[in-house]
Amino acid sequence: MLLLKDLVKTFTQPDGSILPVLDIPEYRVEAGEQVALVGQSGCGKTTLLHMIAGIGRPDSGKVRIDDWDITLMPEAEVDRFRADRIGYVFQTFNLLAGFSALENVLLSMRFAHGRPDRARARHLLDRVGMSHRTTHRPAQLSVGEKQRVAVARALANKPQLLLADEPTANVDAGHQQQILDLIRGTCEEENVALIMVTHSDEVARQFQRVDHLNEFNRSAVGYVQVGNKRI
Amino acid sequence: MSLWKVAWRSIQQRLFVSALTVLSMGLGVALVVAVLVVYGVVSQSFHRGGEGYDLIVGAKGGREQLVLNTVFYLSQPVGNIPYSYFEELTIGKFAPAVEAAIPVCMGHNYQGFRVVGTVPEMFTELKYRGDKSYEFAAGKNFQVENHFEGVLGSVAAARTKLHVGEPFKAVHGSGIGGHTHKQPFTVVGILKPTGTPVDRAVFVNMYGFHDIHRAEAIISGDREGNADHDRIKEITAALVCTNSAAETDVIKRAINRDKVAQAVSPVRVIADLFEGIVGKLQWILLGMGILTTVVAGIGIMVSIYNSMSDRRHEIAVMRALGASRTTVMLVIMMESVLLALMGGALGLLIGHGAIWLCSPWIAEQTGVIVGLLQFQLIELILVPGLIILAAAVGYLPAMAAYRTDVSQSLITTP
Repeated sequence: MLLLKDLVKTFTQPDGSILPVLDIPEYRVEAGEQVALVGQSGCGKTTLLHMIAGIGRPDSGKVRIDDWDITLMPEAEVDRFRADRIGYVFQTFNLLAGFSALENVLLSMRFAHGRPDRARARHLLDRVGMSHRTTHRPAQLSVGEKQRVAVARALANKPQLLLADEPTANVDAGHQQQILDLIRGTCEEENVALIMVTHSDEVARQFQRVDHLNEFNRSAVGYVQVGNKRI
Repeated sequence: MSLWKVAWRSIQQRLFVSALTVLSMGLGVALVVAVLVVYGVVSQSFHRGGEGYDLIVGAKGGREQLVLNTVFYLSQPVGNIPYSYFEELTIGKFAPAVEAAIPVCMGHNYQGFRVVGTVPEMFTELKYRGDKSYEFAAGKNFQVENHFEGVLGSVAAARTKLHVGEPFKAVHGSGIGGHTHKQPFTVVGILKPTGTPVDRAVFVNMYGFHDIHRAEAIISGDREGNADHDRIKEITAALVCTNSAAETDVIKRAINRDKVAQAVSPVRVIADLFEGIVGKLQWILLGMGILTTVVAGIGIMVSIYNSMSDRRHEIAVMRALGASRTTVMLVIMMESVLLALMGGALGLLIGHGAIWLCSPWIAEQTGVIVGLLQFQLIELILVPGLIILAAAVGYLPAMAAYRTDVSQSLITTP
């Protein structure tokens, strides 16, 4: 379902030197598979998710989702592809402050093919236990509630792949497991492949497959040796 | 959810700043609207004055002065023409081509309002504003045999507080402080508003107008001079309706060839006067209004552009959700257009509201009644004009949205 091939990403530092972040010979995730991705802070986990989502472009290599190599697509096509097939849950929720919970979900549908499906948006909010807070703005929601809305939003367009970047990091301990169960449960229900970045061993332990970025990212080897800060 | 709604939500998010931006745009548009409406009012008021007759025949001299004096009751009379020349229009060589000729005599006022000596036919044979007939709000027209009767225009009646049956005395000259004639006239009628300068004048029987001089001349012993005649020798001008446009030109050319008098088409002179006096002023005011609106438009740009640093993260989130660069650019442009259109709507409301509140005063001054929803055709260009302005000023912040580095902005904590 997801195949990364010879993926290389570097950043140019302020002093002009090149900082290698990702150098991945091959990486695969199958349809409906759930993967916990772990690694030290700054080892390139978020950058990897951005490459998979098409938010950032690799220097070289392929990012294939199903039969589509998004590195060959024009940017506008990647945007539409992302809206249609990839869900994204952020660590800081990133709900749009001016919109209600329902509107945040509907907005996500707006950018994909097809018309916003209000019934599905309500169903998803119901599924994440937010049916009683659909008209509330993010500022009126608790941290846990915000992340639940963010999960509903990420699933709005029936994606094939859900990328979750430390979704429980900013959620209080009491709600972490609830959020985790919610993401995993809904992905399972909708047969969505999941890559969840986490620093928590407790979270990672619950996944059958746990990938350490340092083990398949050749650039990560140098991180420990030179101590460069990476994202 | 439409992109318009997304843009609208963004405006709601920054309600106070958005409201101030809309207000500043509204004030600019209100100024433009006020200029356009006032221009329309002045234009109507100006042009209505000369409608109802084809020619003014008066003494040789400035044609503008003749029109100002005869139509608008402003300035001083150019001079007089012999009554015998007037008779050429009624019973003489021009008579076959003339439908009606009304004599007017100037040179007096009552409380600052011009007193015009004329004949009752002024209100029966002449029309105003095309084909409207004069009507009386109170009383009736004066009679030719009753020399000391008069009729008041609506504004003159309201201002002087004269009523039917009350007397008034004409004062010599066009301003206050002249010699007051002893012989009073009696108000027998008050005209309904016409929206023309007639509203601001006092009309008396021309024979009475003549008699007050004759009587005083007799009292002062001037029997050899102007006083010892029974018939009128001179009038200030004649308002002439001809049988056809062709006849108008013929008579006009013939009169202008004579050394005695001149004939002018009031409509043409009024159009020239209007362009010369009001036209230039209108462009200056309109220019100021447009400048104010453009400055307000730049205000929109500054307002949105300043918010871009706060919104970079929000834009990045929208991009991450699948919005294209063009989409986020469009949202910003739409926000600019919405602010401009709301400003435009507010401006129309303020502009027309202010004019409407002033409408009783405008009606009293000009006779033109302005309704709240009385729009000028030219106001239609406001909508496309504002959209173009909004698109122009929204372009810079929209480009900032377009260029947002999504990956970098998402990593930055909001």
